[in-house]
Amino acid sequence: MALILNGDAELWAIVLLSLKVSIFAVLISALIGMPVGAALAVARFPGRRVLIVLMNALMGFPPVVVGLLVYLMLSRSGPLGVLELLYTPTAMIIAQVVLVTPIIAALTRQVVEMLAEEYSEQLRSLGVSRLASVPVLLWDARLALVTALLAGFGRAIAEVGAVIIVGGNINHVTRVMTTTIALETSKGNLALALALGAILIGIAVAVNAMVSTLSLQAEREGLRHA
Amino acid sequence: MIRNVIRAAWIAVGLTAAPVSAEEPFIVVQSTTSTQNSGLLDYILPGFEAETGIDVRVVAVGTGQAIRNAINGDGDVLLVHSKLAEDQFVADGWGVERFDVMYNDFVLVGPKSDPAKVRGGMDIVAALTAVSEVEAPFASRGDDSGTHKAEMRLWDWADADPTDASGTWYRETGSGMGATLNVASGMGAYVLTDRATWQSFGNRGDLEILVEGDPRLFNQYGIILVNPDKHPQVRVSAGQRFIDWLIGPDGQAAIASYKLEGQQLFFPNAK
Amino acid sequence: MRDLTLDMSSCLSVDGVRITRKGKSLLNVPHLALDGPGPTLILGPNGSGKSLLLRCLHGLIVSDRGQVRQDGVALNADHKARQAMVFQQPVLLRRSVAANLDFVLKRQGMPRSARKSRIEELLAEGGLDGKVRQSARSLSGGEAQRLAILRALALDPETLFLDEPTSALDPNATQMIERMILRASTRGVRIVMVTHDIGQARRLAADIVMMQGGHVVEHGAAKQVLDAPKSDAARRYLAGGLVT
Ligand SMILES: Nc1ncnc2c1ncn2[C@@H]1O[C@H](COP(=O)(O)OP(=O)(O)OP(=O)(O)O)[C@@H](O)[C@H]1O
Ligand SMILES: [Mg+2]
Repeated sequence: MALILNGDAELWAIVLLSLKVSIFAVLISALIGMPVGAALAVARFPGRRVLIVLMNALMGFPPVVVGLLVYLMLSRSGPLGVLELLYTPTAMIIAQVVLVTPIIAALTRQVVEMLAEEYSEQLRSLGVSRLASVPVLLWDARLALVTALLAGFGRAIAEVGAVIIVGGNINHVTRVMTTTIALETSKGNLALALALGAILIGIAVAVNAMVSTLSLQAEREGLRHA
Repeated sequence: MIRNVIRAAWIAVGLTAAPVSAEEPFIVVQSTTSTQNSGLLDYILPGFEAETGIDVRVVAVGTGQAIRNAINGDGDVLLVHSKLAEDQFVADGWGVERFDVMYNDFVLVGPKSDPAKVRGGMDIVAALTAVSEVEAPFASRGDDSGTHKAEMRLWDWADADPTDASGTWYRETGSGMGATLNVASGMGAYVLTDRATWQSFGNRGDLEILVEGDPRLFNQYGIILVNPDKHPQVRVSAGQRFIDWLIGPDGQAAIASYKLEGQQLFFPNAK
Repeated sequence: MRDLTLDMSSCLSVDGVRITRKGKSLLNVPHLALDGPGPTLILGPNGSGKSLLLRCLHGLIVSDRGQVRQDGVALNADHKARQAMVFQQPVLLRRSVAANLDFVLKRQGMPRSARKSRIEELLAEGGLDGKVRQSARSLSGGEAQRLAILRALALDPETLFLDEPTSALDPNATQMIERMILRASTRGVRIVMVTHDIGQARRLAADIVMMQGGHVVEHGAAKQVLDAPKSDAARRYLAGGLVT
């Protein structure tokens, strides 16, 4: 605990990198996952059900497998090897994007589909086409979507299996909170590992507090749909 | 063209996310947990980095995985401890040339109660035989690392195959040295570890060194430049510079001067 | 009042429309022409097909058979764009009261500055001026119904469908909405409205459509249908209405 309070610069750099990587990953995942989820909610085409099942299954994909797949892509002997991205923060962002996008897409699909059902006739009455309804629905589902973002962030920041493979846990470059915890635990430095764990728990609590505040607000404003 | 655009975009993202500038020259060293967990690399690398301006990025995994990563080209230099596997790596053309760097030794660690009565012995093979006879709990890396390979060789000499007992008194953790020490500490098991990791390990609990000093516990480290003929992106000059430094007088002196609790952990022996 | 109504040549008609679900006939209207100048009120018991008929006329449901025509032409997107509907259960966007109106005005291409004043005007008209920034979903039932009506009026439609628009309103608000409806009708907006309030039908209707079991059982001038219904069904419905 003293370590945290003394503001050890190295420790804060690790915390900061964790936050940067995960925030970036979540933003990119949102840019991909939200339109995809919304499109799956409103569009009707053959194979849609299959895609939804697939997406829901991807939500529970083991991080280590994702890490391995991203490693194989980014490795110098892999198809994207020329980009020289392995063992960089970018590689960790990619792995987290792969992990988080299905979560955001699936949650978006759920939320938007329920809203679309409710809005459907009203929007058609107003002459809004299916395609044009996507931004309307996304905007009106914004509170629930922020919850989806925070859920994705929670998964990203707490993840270790994938980022340790593609990031390599390189000191000052790709060492984040979870990989440091893994390293310090393996050194038997349980105190330091626990201190970092405490920070991670603090972040998780803060994120969850934000989620519940938001859903409380949503409820109060009648913005929530069961 | 498209690749360049993607690359530029990602580098932009990477730059904003990375505290280290992409301009700074660096090499990636595939190495083992023992060199990192013992604190050796953290101790000697700043000297090299200050002298050359080359940032050394260490990926610390088991020897087996480090070699596989190097075969994939995901590293410029390989620094591991399993001479047979290293010679094979070079013979197969993945590495340019292998150099001895240093050695340390393995020790047999176990609970103070010492159910196999091996304390103070110098004969590691006899000690392992005793452990297997009383079926005392034994934690193994089980991860194809250099330490694991060394352990398996010792069991061979003891004419025992503990993997038959896997899951009973013989426990394969499939993880790094530290994780395995944590397991051994938790269940009061015997475990073979390199001295460096043991020396810097913070969660010893009831464990202590029981057998040491047997020449068969000798643990040699080697360094190899990944072959640019196989992977053209290998940073040859920076990588070679690191190798030359480590097996040269400055690097060797740095290794010799690293002490933990007053004890020297690695012994330079480059020729 | 009805005498002031401009003579409209517009005609909304239904021919041979049938809607069947799971073998059950829900709506069966061989012919219905709405071409009078004043508001048309649709009456009938629960489940008689009133809302279904409105959906059909608005093109939200495509009938299995038959056609809806506007001025003799099969209902098309242009026609629909000039119609508006207030649903039995108003669906408001999860935004502020003002944003709900802004949404439709913006879709009509009204410039920002004009929208602002038009929103104020509409809210004043509907007695919601104090609620500009309030979240629409937190409005009371009656306020929500009023906002839905204002939003439909904001579309400036040629035809306005209203499905029991005053079911949740207090007497004052009902009166206010009825006045707004009559004003729109006077401007030439065709009004087609469902109600269970016979007094309201008497106050507003030029003609009345009486429904029962998916059929139009009677269609005629308001006075005639209310005071001297020809069909048994209409007689029974109105009698029931008098008892309660
Ligand atoms: N999609 C559907 N599937 C099956 N039945 C339906 C469907 N839509 C409507 N119905 C049925 O059609 C009948 C007419 O419904 P409608 O909503 O038009 O009644 P209504 O006259 O508006 O009644 P109310 O006065 O209660 O509003 C009802 O019995 C209803 O259950
Ligand atoms: Mg109805």
